[in-house]
Amino acid sequence: MTFSPELEARFAKLLEIYPPGRTRSAVVPMLLYAQDEVGHISAELVEEVARRCQVKPLQVDEVVGYYSMLHRKPLGKCHVQVCTNISCLILGAEELYEHASKTLGIGNKEVTPDGQFSLEEVECMGACSWAPAIQLNYDFHHHVTPEKLDQLLAEVRKAH
Amino acid sequence: MLYNEPSPLEVKILTKRFGLANSESLDTYLATDGYKAFLKAVEMTPEQIIEEVKASALRGRGGAGFPTGLKWSFVPRTSPKPKYVIINADESEPGTCKDRLLMENDPHQLIEGILIAGRAVDSHKGYIYIRGEYRYLIEAMDRAIAEAYSRGYLGKNIRGTGFDFDLYTHTGAGAYECGEETALLDSIEGKRGIPRMKPPFPAVVGAWQSPTLLSNVETFSAIPAIIRDGGAAFAALGPAKNGGTRLVCLSGHINKPGVYELPVGFNLLRMIYEVGGGMRNGKKLKAVVPGGSSCPLLKADECDISMDFDSLAKAKSMLGSGGTVVLDEDTCMVKFAQRIMKFYAHESCGWCIPCREGTNWLKKTLDRFHSGAGQKSDIPLIGELSKNMLGRTYCALGDAAAMPTISIVEKFPEDFEAHLNGKPCPYEHSTELAMA
Ligand SMILES: Cc1cc2nc3c(=O)[nH]c(=O)nc-3n(C[C@H](O)[C@H](O)[C@H](O)COP(=O)(O)O)c2cc1C
Ligand code: FES
Repeated sequence: MTFSPELEARFAKLLEIYPPGRTRSAVVPMLLYAQDEVGHISAELVEEVARRCQVKPLQVDEVVGYYSMLHRKPLGKCHVQVCTNISCLILGAEELYEHASKTLGIGNKEVTPDGQFSLEEVECMGACSWAPAIQLNYDFHHHVTPEKLDQLLAEVRKAH
Repeated sequence: MLYNEPSPLEVKILTKRFGLANSESLDTYLATDGYKAFLKAVEMTPEQIIEEVKASALRGRGGAGFPTGLKWSFVPRTSPKPKYVIINADESEPGTCKDRLLMENDPHQLIEGILIAGRAVDSHKGYIYIRGEYRYLIEAMDRAIAEAYSRGYLGKNIRGTGFDFDLYTHTGAGAYECGEETALLDSIEGKRGIPRMKPPFPAVVGAWQSPTLLSNVETFSAIPAIIRDGGAAFAALGPAKNGGTRLVCLSGHINKPGVYELPVGFNLLRMIYEVGGGMRNGKKLKAVVPGGSSCPLLKADECDISMDFDSLAKAKSMLGSGGTVVLDEDTCMVKFAQRIMKFYAHESCGWCIPCREGTNWLKKTLDRFHSGAGQKSDIPLIGELSKNMLGRTYCALGDAAAMPTISIVEKFPEDFEAHLNGKPCPYEHSTELAMA
């Protein structure tokens, strides 16, 4: 597989920073960084990462199944992640999630037919003091209300 | 960036640079005592450094509160194997959002703490394990690390001291369990994050079979101040055996939620009413999660308490990770317990059967109970199932699921009674009110 020069540079660094003979340590970071570029983890990508880290494809595959941020199917261009854990819950996160689901017309871990959005109910994202919180891809948004969510989604639609 | 106004009641040691212009830059750091502690530490013997950390009464900020100096002394410094420093920046304990601020606003303070630790345990390589969701912090730490290398504060022969140290970031990819120290070690080795049997502890057999000093971001961030101003000064900020300050993450039904640096031992009611601006909408306090979702809850009448490790242990709870969640009278405790269990059931790695099965049974029982289909016999059953997980697992995730649950059924039986006989949840509209 071919990747951007930036990602190749990142891969090269990952193969250098762990102790000698420990390239397996690069598997998870490589998968996540690659997923960010190519969208999801295909069988081809599993083979590629295995080859580069000099491990068996199965050793890569079992990792994909464990980490919740690694996805075997493409997500939407904008992945909407709503935290419903305790601090967010008690400030209306379930209502916020329901609102997102209704507005986007999709359920948990689903993608809109046009591929623009996907939705996920997630665990605490480290924004509890500024709850309720969401992430749009990697961007944090704090003190989110249904109205604010509508605005954010409208901005994303415009930008796409 | 800061996400809330500071409070005048704060004692700013670790957060003293927060809010300064370019607080994350090396220049700002150097202009405000930066790297002085490291230069002092290279003049000290490793034993002297460890004694100073012991004298500070610093206890681990990751949750368990283990004395940091003692942990450093466990690393076999003379072992011929390479030794590693690993920084736990997995920050996923529900209610906790402070390590984020330390990395975002003062990354060099963290780097300096790591260097001093490296010098004390004869390690020359460190890895910051950052949860995958914190991508912007991986970039921020990478920038700070690159700046430190370019100016000779990392790499070979740091500032002419003869001390070498390399530091790298390592991303997680979404797994609460990988915050547990031994699961983190498996994760950084490229595997699924499954806990290891202890002993041996990571200090002796850690990453890649080598001695490893593993601590939380806030723990390392406290080190420069301790070495610079002396352990005794840090210790004096808190009660005996509970040194220093803590970044308290106040959240929930209060007027001014936010992260505040307060002396260990600050009174919880004062946190809520003075630092946190009191309860929202004048509601009554019902309960507090003192230090992240793994801790037993305190009822309102237990909240006049000094927030230190020993006082909370005496109250049969824990100081935990600093995530203090405040609940008002309209909070349904069944719903709260249900959400906590949903989290642990989702995050259980599945290795130990009591945890894997127990959390799922409890989740199903609590789901059923909250929907109104619970039976009276479920109330003691929830407590019993939870107690069956205690101490029966490799890591503390099973305990973390059990402890808050036991406290909720025992302290709020009336909330459970109110859901019996198919009655709808009496609090159903409370969250809507909270949002208004
Ligand atoms: C399930 C579980 C999750 C944990 N998550 C974290 C975490 O996200 N961050 C952290 O620093 N410690 C976490 N810990 C605690 C670590 O195992 C370990 O005690 C800590 O990182 C040691 O650092 P300290 O001495 O500075 O407290 C977790 C523990 C358990 C059992
Ligand atoms: S509980 Fe939602 S961000 Fe922590």
